[in-house]
Amino acid sequence: MKIDKNTINKIARLSRIKIEDKESEDYIKDLNSILDWVEQLNEVNTDKVEPLSNISSSILPKREDVSKDVNSSDEILENAPDKLEGFFAVPKVVE
Amino acid sequence: MISKSIKKTLQSLEQKDISIRELNQEYIKKIKEKSNLNIFIHFEEQKILDQVTELEKDNSNKRLKGIPLAIKDLFCTKNMPTTAASKILENFNPTYESFVTQKLLDDGAIFVGKTNLDEFAMGSATDTSYFGNTINPLSADDTPLAPGGSSGGSAAAVAANLCLGATGTDTGGSIRQPASFCGVVGIKPTYGLCSRWGIAAFASSLDQAGVFTHNVEDASILLESSAGFDKRDSTSANVKIPNYFENLNDDISGKTIGIPKEYSIDGTPEEVSQIWEDAIKVLEKKGVKIKNISLPHTKYALPTYYIIAPAEASSNLARYDGVKYGYRSKEINSLDEMYENTRGQGFGKEVKRRILIGTYVLSAGYYDAYYLKAQKVRKLIANDFNEAFKECDLIVTPTAPSAAFPLHQEQDDPIKMYLNDVFTVPASLAGLPGISIPYGKDKNNLPLGIQILGKHFDEQQVLNGALSLERSNG
Amino acid sequence: MDNLIKGDKHYWEMVIGLEVHAQVKSNSKLFSSSSTKFGSSPNSQVSLVDAAMPGMLPVINKYCVEQAVKTGIGLNAKINNYSVFDRKNYFYADLPQGYQISQYKYPIVGEGKVTIDFKDGTSKDIRIVRLHLEQDAGKSLHDQNPSKTYVDLNRSGVALMEIVSEPDIRTPEEAGMYISKIRSILMYLDTCDGNMQEGSLRADVNISVRKPGEEYGTRCEIKNLNSIKFIKQAINYEAKRQIEILESGGTIEQNTMLFNTATGKTRPMRNKEEAHDYRYFPDPDLLPLKIPEDDIKLIQSSIPELPDDLKNKFIETFKLSNYDASVLTAEKQTSDYFNDAINSDPDLKNFPKIIVNWITSELFSLLNKNNLDLKNSPVSAKNLGQLVKLITSNEISGKIGKDVLEEMFTSRKSAREIVNEKGLKQVTDQGEIEKVIEKVISENSKMVQEYLGGKDKLLGFFVGQAMKETKGKANPKILNDILKSKLIKKN
Ligand SMILES: [Mg+2]
Ligand SMILES: [Zn+2]
Repeated sequence: MKIDKNTINKIARLSRIKIEDKESEDYIKDLNSILDWVEQLNEVNTDKVEPLSNISSSILPKREDVSKDVNSSDEILENAPDKLEGFFAVPKVVE
Repeated sequence: MISKSIKKTLQSLEQKDISIRELNQEYIKKIKEKSNLNIFIHFEEQKILDQVTELEKDNSNKRLKGIPLAIKDLFCTKNMPTTAASKILENFNPTYESFVTQKLLDDGAIFVGKTNLDEFAMGSATDTSYFGNTINPLSADDTPLAPGGSSGGSAAAVAANLCLGATGTDTGGSIRQPASFCGVVGIKPTYGLCSRWGIAAFASSLDQAGVFTHNVEDASILLESSAGFDKRDSTSANVKIPNYFENLNDDISGKTIGIPKEYSIDGTPEEVSQIWEDAIKVLEKKGVKIKNISLPHTKYALPTYYIIAPAEASSNLARYDGVKYGYRSKEINSLDEMYENTRGQGFGKEVKRRILIGTYVLSAGYYDAYYLKAQKVRKLIANDFNEAFKECDLIVTPTAPSAAFPLHQEQDDPIKMYLNDVFTVPASLAGLPGISIPYGKDKNNLPLGIQILGKHFDEQQVLNGALSLERSNG
Repeated sequence: MDNLIKGDKHYWEMVIGLEVHAQVKSNSKLFSSSSTKFGSSPNSQVSLVDAAMPGMLPVINKYCVEQAVKTGIGLNAKINNYSVFDRKNYFYADLPQGYQISQYKYPIVGEGKVTIDFKDGTSKDIRIVRLHLEQDAGKSLHDQNPSKTYVDLNRSGVALMEIVSEPDIRTPEEAGMYISKIRSILMYLDTCDGNMQEGSLRADVNISVRKPGEEYGTRCEIKNLNSIKFIKQAINYEAKRQIEILESGGTIEQNTMLFNTATGKTRPMRNKEEAHDYRYFPDPDLLPLKIPEDDIKLIQSSIPELPDDLKNKFIETFKLSNYDASVLTAEKQTSDYFNDAINSDPDLKNFPKIIVNWITSELFSLLNKNNLDLKNSPVSAKNLGQLVKLITSNEISGKIGKDVLEEMFTSRKSAREIVNEKGLKQVTDQGEIEKVIEKVISENSKMVQEYLGGKDKLLGFFVGQAMKETKGKANPKILNDILKSKLIKKN
């Protein structure tokens, strides 16, 4: 079994997703069956095959270095769940 | 009586047989009547009437002027909230309009509402939505059927004739499969043809916008309106968009159609194999050359897809953290607690499942074995198509391994659910254009679909092939 | 070896590597069109892309790419024709996308080197591992509200060049010299404004200690230091901390540290992440960055003269020492100033060393005292040249020159104006000086006797008295000669 309780907790933590204890069994089962299933890729010989990240063959388009101040801070903060004095606000972080 | 054709409706509007207001009022009525199907996440009568009023003041000629369209709720829209069918985007009101929807608005389309989908487009049945599942309009009263997914709301909206066309997005089959389940036409163009700007991302290297319509002609009209180069999307293709509708031609005699042997899969229902054979025969009669081809890595497309798409999704969905917009949990005594609770409560099960698997396949020690491996197999799959298209102009396959299935049927087994995309995913990995058109019925009289795939940016031939098949389909 | 530091039990060597983050001097951000201006009101320079709104996509700034290439060339480094933008995934309040777009496996610039010059005339190469382009994060403010952290995304998405060195640095001084040199190169190239206070240039320091000849020890990373003084302080403190642990039998935990500028101490970040796992992968919203050889050549041809070239030119043309030349070329404004000064009068070509001294010791100390820099110096290069000319042509003494410089500094008048106004011109008239000396000798006959009796040291006393009489204006050489001859005559 690739995914055990420890692993699921670790990746849930990396993903910043809280998993309730009662759900974690389900996830362990699902993830293991998916991983077992995708393992069939090991049948494929991929020596000397270049990985494909994007199908597009065009070259990366570049913009000119022009600054456009189009968005007001009001617009940027419009949907914020908590905002104060022009800032986004989150629970206090102790570094 | 209103026509189901955009082309004919435009003519009626032009000849003043009907006004834009009358037309849209008719659709408002239909939408209200079918509210039990849960097709729309957002529908507001007044907003539609406001758009009508605006258009009535507008004297310019617009090619979709007054045409009612439904928009998958993954496209950010200025005048309507955008949720991606997720609790985490509850009450999100974009201050911007996606590229595709802006183009449609510029052409005078009217948006009747935002359609339901699988949460963040992750699913094949429109049953992972935070807003409840959509019911396939073709369901009998006693057995509600899934409309397919993830663009199930859009496909259902067209099928129930609640609009003349709808936008969708297709990452692994999310336009073609629901089109097949709902008995409508759905086209996913070449990766890069429609800008992704303003569409909430699922898997960036696969996501592509497309359209649903009642017929192939309309698909060509709507696709032409939606496509185009966009400087704001670095993967947008800088190609000239052909006049698909003008160039539409059902005479495809002399063309070669490839039939991939790997798409004959054990366990495929007899009816599905039957309509495929029928379609091949019909095309052959029309003077098309049929060629048996091989796409040897077909079998590996699904597992490849289910590594790459979740990996990209795990990163794309990191921005939903309760800081800038959307849902924020109430239990937040620290930043980390805020993240974990917001995302734990804000995302549904399938989305969480995919984020977790995506995080795992990218994590230290597993990247090479899973993600990198999948990218390499993806290359082989793309190569298969490149080789195949040296021998043929189009490839014809079934769209889905079955007709619409009852709701909630396969929810518990993710892999079984993933198998729905077996015929659509390979072309997605290769970035190819594909269309699904209704073709034949299964034993329960439910529609089945035929998929036609073409070369990169050869949407015209794909549409021509589809038109040819559509016109031969009684 | 003076690179070693002494613990209670052993001598230890520091092993230091630096990751310098230099903000690209550009109008707009790396992947969006928002302004990069410093000090604007919160969240006023944030585009939909910077705020990671759903469906927003990055588009790269061409100018920033060119500046990275330019900087790579300035660091004698290999420019990679093919590079890739990756996502570095982690959660933080000021990281709106939940990932930073950076370059991991394929950076835009590969191996290079930077030379630092020591006072004793020797120099050392510090190897560069790579330079890559990446996005800056936003800013978290923890002290504005008792229960909340505020987030300002104005910086979010600004282009940074991360310059990573090999662990070739062995002392805090070398670290300081290295970062000064990087800063110097960036400023000559004009690819970064070099402003450390505003955070345009900052460094993460990786440091470990070892007994000489042993393997590298476990390192700690001190984050985000924005002055050379703090870099040195932090290294010193951290090295001592590690040595104390090791000498008392402990082991070093690989940690990310913060430096407290008030206490001068380092401490591990309290918000310690379990193992970091950034899950780098190629950003699927972007395509690989390909830079054709011709583009590199074009950029190469636009590279200005760099500090090391200029240094070598100064050594050759003016026979300056390696160290003097490196001090002079450390900042472009200094080398420009020197050039302007030495070219202000044809005779000055013979006195480059004297000009260097007047600039780097006298003028710099005045500027320092007044918190000014060469850019806004009240003494122009031309005026400094004139001052040196007055000294080297014996019109005034070096000692008076210092007073004149101070006067120039406050009044902004030219050296000649001040010398004329105050009558400071050196007395070289033999007769006049003789008269003064005779006066001094006659007034101090007792001392004269003592001198003649063998108390040689008293010569200085007579010089002093005579100088005092002439208000310091007597030419010291003439005065000395006459004084000696007079005193012998007396014998
Ligand atoms: Mg670092
Ligand atoms: Zn960095």
